[in-house]
Amino acid sequence: MTDAAVSQRWRTRLTLWLLLAPALLWLGALILLPHVDLAILSFRARTGPREYAASLAQYRTFFDEPLYWHVFVRTAVMSIIATALTLLVAFPVAWIIAKLARGRASSLLFIVCLIPFWVSETVRTLGWMILLRESGVLPGLLVKLGLTSVPVELLYHDATLLVGLVYTSLLFMVVPLISSLESLDNALIEAAYDLGANGFAVLRTIVIPHAAPGITAGCIVVFMLTLGNYLTPTLLGGKNSQWFTEQIYTQFITRFNWEQGAAFGFLLLGLSTAIVVLGLRLSGQRFAEVMRST
Amino acid sequence: MIPSLPRPVWLRSATLIYLIAFLAFLFLPLIVVALFAFNDAPYPAPPWRGFTLDWFIGSATTGRTGLFQDSELLGGIATSCLVAAWVTVLSVLVGTSNAFLLERARFRGKQVISLMMLAPLVIPGVILGISILAFASRLADLADELFSWDLDFLRPGLTLVVLGQFSYLATISTLTIAARLRRFDRTLEEAALNLGASRAAVFGTILLPYLRPALLGSAAISFLMSFADFNTTLMLVGSDSPLTVMMYGRMREGATPVLNAVSLFLMLASALLALALLRGGSKKPA
Repeated sequence: MTDAAVSQRWRTRLTLWLLLAPALLWLGALILLPHVDLAILSFRARTGPREYAASLAQYRTFFDEPLYWHVFVRTAVMSIIATALTLLVAFPVAWIIAKLARGRASSLLFIVCLIPFWVSETVRTLGWMILLRESGVLPGLLVKLGLTSVPVELLYHDATLLVGLVYTSLLFMVVPLISSLESLDNALIEAAYDLGANGFAVLRTIVIPHAAPGITAGCIVVFMLTLGNYLTPTLLGGKNSQWFTEQIYTQFITRFNWEQGAAFGFLLLGLSTAIVVLGLRLSGQRFAEVMRST
Repeated sequence: MIPSLPRPVWLRSATLIYLIAFLAFLFLPLIVVALFAFNDAPYPAPPWRGFTLDWFIGSATTGRTGLFQDSELLGGIATSCLVAAWVTVLSVLVGTSNAFLLERARFRGKQVISLMMLAPLVIPGVILGISILAFASRLADLADELFSWDLDFLRPGLTLVVLGQFSYLATISTLTIAARLRRFDRTLEEAALNLGASRAAVFGTILLPYLRPALLGSAAISFLMSFADFNTTLMLVGSDSPLTVMMYGRMREGATPVLNAVSLFLMLASALLALALLRGGSKKPA
């Protein structure tokens, strides 16, 4: 082997390691090791001052204490409902942007849809609070219209919470839907129509199968974000609306019971991962493809 | 249905009504936030009592502390900017390096690495936060025990907030930059090398200008998402609160319209950033 070839090989090696170092540092120190540590934390229990033993006590507490798993199930169910509602609200607008509006109108409408999401969730939630609270805009309007005699409290209901969750999630559903609908050939719809299919049949047999990757991607992302949301449930859902992330926060920050908090964290992570895997299985897609399409 | 097919009148009007309702739903919260920043009342609620700028310029002497006199909120904005700047620099640098790693390098275990890079997107932010919090505390305890080092940056505080936000924003900038690098025409690079350009010159004069839109785009996204991040930040925050956490605290207590004022400021800032980005994007089409 010549000297030049050897030095060339060394250079490729060096470049590879220089590129690999930041990636490994990031994934190792901020993702992998912290989660391993969290797992260890969740599988131990305090036996005395500064003494710990391996145990399943944290997970047992979760199943023994109805409050905890009730909140867990509630969070999961509400997240599923919120995801379904988001899909229903987002689909027509994605259709309008991808198929009905043309040229400038379409891109303008798309940008208009993006605008609210450039602002932080805190600001948007503040807006909903001003709109919905007892002394707020909508209850006042309802009294003026004579629909209610006194201002009603519209905050702190499950329905309010769903409105807030759908609102924060919309963008993450609209974007993948648009990209999957845009690739649908209009000729297919025309052909189906010419052959006598009605709107519903076209939707069921052509549009939905074609848009399935976008629908899956959107639903997965929205479900995950809803499950892990903290701000909207605590501010719009009020005190009696418990969300599982609140339990994690309480254990970790308020009660300083890190073992319990770690176990709760893993349960939430497990649920979120399970739904992602299930969604991919059902639609027969690969994780990497879905993530790239969003 | 699509425009080339006949659409009955009821369908057309239903579409229009839906679109109007959708846009109202989208913008109503933002409009009321902006509007009530100017209401001459102690709380952000109707009725409308006249126009005032108190919530921007008022001082303690008028009984209404406006945004420009509220040192706590201004401090929060400064903290958020500091954190966002660090996160942006880190995630664009690491994102660029990752993009080259994924698109150019060949090595064993590449599949595993590229899959792992996607993982932060499917881990809820709260869990990223607590795992980093727990791990950093363990390291700090260990350093204290073994060497009696006092590693303060591993305790809840801004360093951990930066690392926590970076841990998932790096994925987004990696995907953005890698997507652009993938479409690069490598014959340009080969031509430059054949003509005698050094590797560094090729990188500086061909690759960097080509990647510029993706770099700027991911920088803007990192900055905005860092500024807006709540879940991860809440778990890692120490004594200096970034703006979102501070606003959250005040919203729970029932805040004065000064929060509307700061929100309006945020809206304008992000709108300007978005506009600049769209402008920059259209000047040099991809």
